[in-house]
Amino acid sequence: MRYEYLMNGSSLRLDPEACVGCGDCLDVCPHGVFRLEAGKARIEDRGACMECGACARNCPAAALTVKAGVGCAAAIILGKLRGTAPSCGDGGCSGNRQADCC
Amino acid sequence: MIDLVRRNAGSEERQAGFAALRELQAPWVERFLVVRGRTIPVVRTRLSPRDRWGAVKVRWDIGRGTYRVLPGLYAAGDPGPDSPVFVSANYKLSFDALRSSLEEIDGWILVLDTRGVNVWCAAGKGTFGTGELASRIAKTRLATLVRHRELILPQLGATGVSAPDIARKTGWRVVWGPVRARDIRAWLEAGRIKTEDMRRVTFTLPERLAVAPVELVHGWPLAAAGLVLAALYGLPADGSWASRALPVAVLLAGLAPVGALAFPALLPWLPGRAFSVKGAVLGTAWAAACSAVFGLPPPAAAAGVLVAAPVTAFLGMNFTGSSTFTCQTGALAEVEKGFWPMAAGLAAGLVLGVVYRALGV
Ligand code: SF4
Ligand code: SF4
Repeated sequence: MRYEYLMNGSSLRLDPEACVGCGDCLDVCPHGVFRLEAGKARIEDRGACMECGACARNCPAAALTVKAGVGCAAAIILGKLRGTAPSCGDGGCSGNRQADCC
Repeated sequence: MIDLVRRNAGSEERQAGFAALRELQAPWVERFLVVRGRTIPVVRTRLSPRDRWGAVKVRWDIGRGTYRVLPGLYAAGDPGPDSPVFVSANYKLSFDALRSSLEEIDGWILVLDTRGVNVWCAAGKGTFGTGELASRIAKTRLATLVRHRELILPQLGATGVSAPDIARKTGWRVVWGPVRARDIRAWLEAGRIKTEDMRRVTFTLPERLAVAPVELVHGWPLAAAGLVLAALYGLPADGSWASRALPVAVLLAGLAPVGALAFPALLPWLPGRAFSVKGAVLGTAWAAACSAVFGLPPPAAAAGVLVAAPVTAFLGMNFTGSSTFTCQTGALAEVEKGFWPMAAGLAAGLVLGVVYRALGV
């Protein structure tokens, strides 16, 4: 099933000039956002991008940027209350992001 | 097992190791492997009833904060210098998922200190990150145990770990394994070729409901508040108090299970892209259905909708943290744009309810 969320992928940028076509972004992206075409990565499904930052962190050519962060309202609210950046709290999050998958 | 350790606990260094090992008298440690003067716990690759019971308890949020394993190096089977190294988090469920996927696979397990948080959350926070991995490689002197320089990480760790930086800093090469530990065997057997399925995060019904028990447990203050409001709504305490209070009690207290169970179950079919919108739709439907079933008078039904919609909108919004596809930009927009409408709706609903009852019509 394909899910799409509000503003998904809005901050994801790919610089095709810099891309060396290694395919690492395809390997780490959990939502199949990229496709390799003629030796370059291409954003194929921006709406599925949850802005997790895995691709940008692992691009060896620094061709990708994304405003990464946890997509969690509770963390954002906690951050606002404390006047900090979104924060998962001290004891780990109350949501638990599918603990048995990894 | 203790004897084995003691016999090898000659030097002072080994004595120190022995102290740490005592902590490792965990039931999931099968035996100890002595290699190059070091004693490394070998984990069981079958989960015991106790492990499974522990997982159930964590699901219901009992003792969750303490469900951790000691960071460091472990073995599965009978690993040697050419065996693969799997990296995990020190949240016991993450660790259990990995070791139970390594039956009859000889390998090393490097457990990072993620403060008891699962791989993906920890990667998002940065504790399952480049710095911790690099220092854990050094601290465990991993390079003295294996000849290769390759680490297998769960793919979702990529949010926190930079493979290019690890290569630059430490000379180790990161290989991104499957998202789910249970796919490791198939992945290894296929010559480490990931299928598209192994790479994708899903959000199936069981996955959506995985956090429902915790949400239910946390939902009791909401249910209690609903019951109190319903009791007040039923006043005065005459013969028909119960008949007035009951429908409102069902409507309001029911919001807790509606938010914890119905929302995640129906998520893909609820309209809207923002979770708060989806939640508001669900809450409206619930309040309307309750009003119809109990034949609530229109002003009471309207008050019910005005209270229910913001509550489920808020619960829905909070579910973003348990989902596997929401981004921060959108969640921030929801929080910022949703706050006032929710607060206003709730206030209007409560005022309407009070006024309606006070007029005593
Ligand atoms: S990881 Fe970077 S360089 Fe490699 S294909 Fe993707 S964008 Fe191009
Ligand atoms: S930010 Fe995450 S979801 Fe978005 S494209 Fe990169 S890896 Fe995929």
